[in-house]
Amino acid sequence: MENITVKVNGVEVSVPKGATVLEAAHAAGFEIPTLCYMKEINEIGACRICVVEVNEGRGFRLVAGCVYPCTDNMEILTASPKVIESRKKTLELILSTHDRKCLSCVRSGNCELQKLCKDYGIEDASKYDGANNVYEVDNSAAHMYRDNNKCILCRRCVAVCAKTQGIGVIGANERGFKTYIGSAFDMGLGETSCVSCGQCIAVCPVGAIAEKDYIKPVLEAIADPEKVVLVQTAPAVRAGLGECFGLPIGTNVEGKMVAALRRLGFDKVFDTDFAADLTIMEEANEFLDRVKNGGKLPLITSCSPGWVKYCEHYFPEMTENLSSCKSPQQMFGAVAKTYYAEKMGIDPKNIVMVSIMPCTAKKFEIGRDDQNAAGVPDVDYSLTTRELGRMIERAGINFLGLADEKFDDPLGLSTGAAVIFGATGGVMEAALRTAVYTLTGENPIDFPEVRGTEGIKEATYNVAGMDVKVAVASGLANAKELLEKVQNGEADYHFIEIMGCPGGCVNGGGQPQVAMGIRNFVDIRAERAKVLYNIDAEMPVRQSHENPAIKALYDEFLEKPGSHKAHELLHTTYVKRSIN
Amino acid sequence: MNSAKATVPFKGTKEQEAQLLAVIAEKKDTQGALMPILQKAQEIYGYLPIEVQKIISDNTGIPMEKIYGVVTFYAQFSLYPKGEYTISVCLGTACYVKGAGDIYDKLQEKLGIAGGECTPDGKFSLEACRCIGACGLAPVLTVNEDVFGRLTVDDVDKIIDKYNA
Repeated sequence: MENITVKVNGVEVSVPKGATVLEAAHAAGFEIPTLCYMKEINEIGACRICVVEVNEGRGFRLVAGCVYPCTDNMEILTASPKVIESRKKTLELILSTHDRKCLSCVRSGNCELQKLCKDYGIEDASKYDGANNVYEVDNSAAHMYRDNNKCILCRRCVAVCAKTQGIGVIGANERGFKTYIGSAFDMGLGETSCVSCGQCIAVCPVGAIAEKDYIKPVLEAIADPEKVVLVQTAPAVRAGLGECFGLPIGTNVEGKMVAALRRLGFDKVFDTDFAADLTIMEEANEFLDRVKNGGKLPLITSCSPGWVKYCEHYFPEMTENLSSCKSPQQMFGAVAKTYYAEKMGIDPKNIVMVSIMPCTAKKFEIGRDDQNAAGVPDVDYSLTTRELGRMIERAGINFLGLADEKFDDPLGLSTGAAVIFGATGGVMEAALRTAVYTLTGENPIDFPEVRGTEGIKEATYNVAGMDVKVAVASGLANAKELLEKVQNGEADYHFIEIMGCPGGCVNGGGQPQVAMGIRNFVDIRAERAKVLYNIDAEMPVRQSHENPAIKALYDEFLEKPGSHKAHELLHTTYVKRSIN
Repeated sequence: MNSAKATVPFKGTKEQEAQLLAVIAEKKDTQGALMPILQKAQEIYGYLPIEVQKIISDNTGIPMEKIYGVVTFYAQFSLYPKGEYTISVCLGTACYVKGAGDIYDKLQEKLGIAGGECTPDGKFSLEACRCIGACGLAPVLTVNEDVFGRLTVDDVDKIIDKYNA
């Protein structure tokens, strides 16, 4: 591609034609602050925090660096007095309609607005105080709340909901000073067809959107001597939690996480990965059964509750394609409160099942119908990775100084197939490992065609004389594209894996927020996924059907995959919902 | 789906719906179709309640929120029907300094609606307008074609009663 030369603060740099001023500055070693800008998703140049001075031969003037294209020999000043003054004024104006309750804000310490105010030396946060709008907090959704009093109208949440997820249940209403982010006819989010994916939370620069926090009841359960408090952690949590403690993106903190959970007082520290292996046993069996007996195909995975809710709202005619398997979170709870409770002689009513998830839709999932194998909810509290980070901090645990510890037996035992559930393509690969073994007796491990962060992946595998066509999608706009192909008869897959969030759970709505200034240049999906694939590569057992604890569970309790008992405890049903 | 904005019960007819569907079918595949569809829809129904926006959403694939965002952005679109009687209070300069703002507030309180809305019985809708050229009578309001001038807040009850009779 043709390159052009620009000068950023006197530093010459060569950039591809079409590069923005922001990208050129980054290449030259200068960061330009952004608030509204999300590469390829929200390129609206609206917030004006990214202004820079550029000279294209006619003197210097202020432009929005995030979207302004470089021209040959352009001179760029990213931090001139005029630039700094302009950014400072923009911040003062944003603050004039912001509630500024930083001390009681969930984002205090990792708020992008707070950091900018510090960086630009805001002296008087109330400089432009005057008439203001006061909004009620929207608490109607199961998984999160929206507080427009903190909203800075950057529209990142709007863009990610409409474009990345293809949903669009939130947007800007009214105009001018009265503009606010809300839903149609001011419905509460809980009444809309929001799927609970939480991608809006992950991209919010401030504390205007956050998960509902359930740390308090979990701590109370731990303090209650009557209760046996079990915890399970999803695969992707170990790939993200370290970021809460300043570790680089893509650091595996599995051992420290287990140690921290023990220090928090959980009675047993188990791994959702165990249930991921169990899911594979049930789902591979369901797949082979549907293929042999003419069941509904393509079979579509049901691990991602954001995806499942999306399917119910937007593709209700395809809910029969969904695997009847509960998600690993729910299977784990079901097994803990039946098999494990029986084995240990504990009344399931005294078990408090806590899950740590990279996900906000899991908070919705625990309240779904038909998720109570032991007559009590399979899972009592589902916390995000972020909530766990806050719990550890609040308990005064020196996370970085912890020595690695191991999960408890038997529900902490898992395989490499399970840990890759946290990345797009991982469930498919894990299922293929077991399905191919079941059909052929062979033990292939690597299915590189379904790995990687592309939104849609396809592959065909010849297994025992049959061409098995599979597809993988992550991010719901991609899922929509794929499903429309299936509905139009343009594709005839046998098995589809869909994860609601782009890149899969590693980039889930419950993972630590990464400042957009970093996200615009680093693919956090790939960095975090690497952690999981590295763990898989080093695991002694890499196929779900080889997990000894899973074998014992079937021998002692469930008999075989797809048995009557397995169906009662581990499978579920879906509903058809409307689009609001 | 429930609208947080209570309004007059929707009385759309099958004929109106058929008209709207024809408009949508004609325009939906052109770029920027939403604005002309909304303009036509308002012509057909007189306003754009949730039921009408839902028809548009279902038949274009445009999310409800996006439609609602556009409707609330432009002053030309209304979420509420016109009542049997439209009360229009002049908030032009002369009327305003003579206390039209208080009269407007009193009407909102008395009717239980905000400016731009319609009472649930469909009887009155309330709006603010700018100078109607009767500054000598300030403050002024109109009810359909009738003009009332030199008003005080105490006159509001009498005016409403007259049309409620």
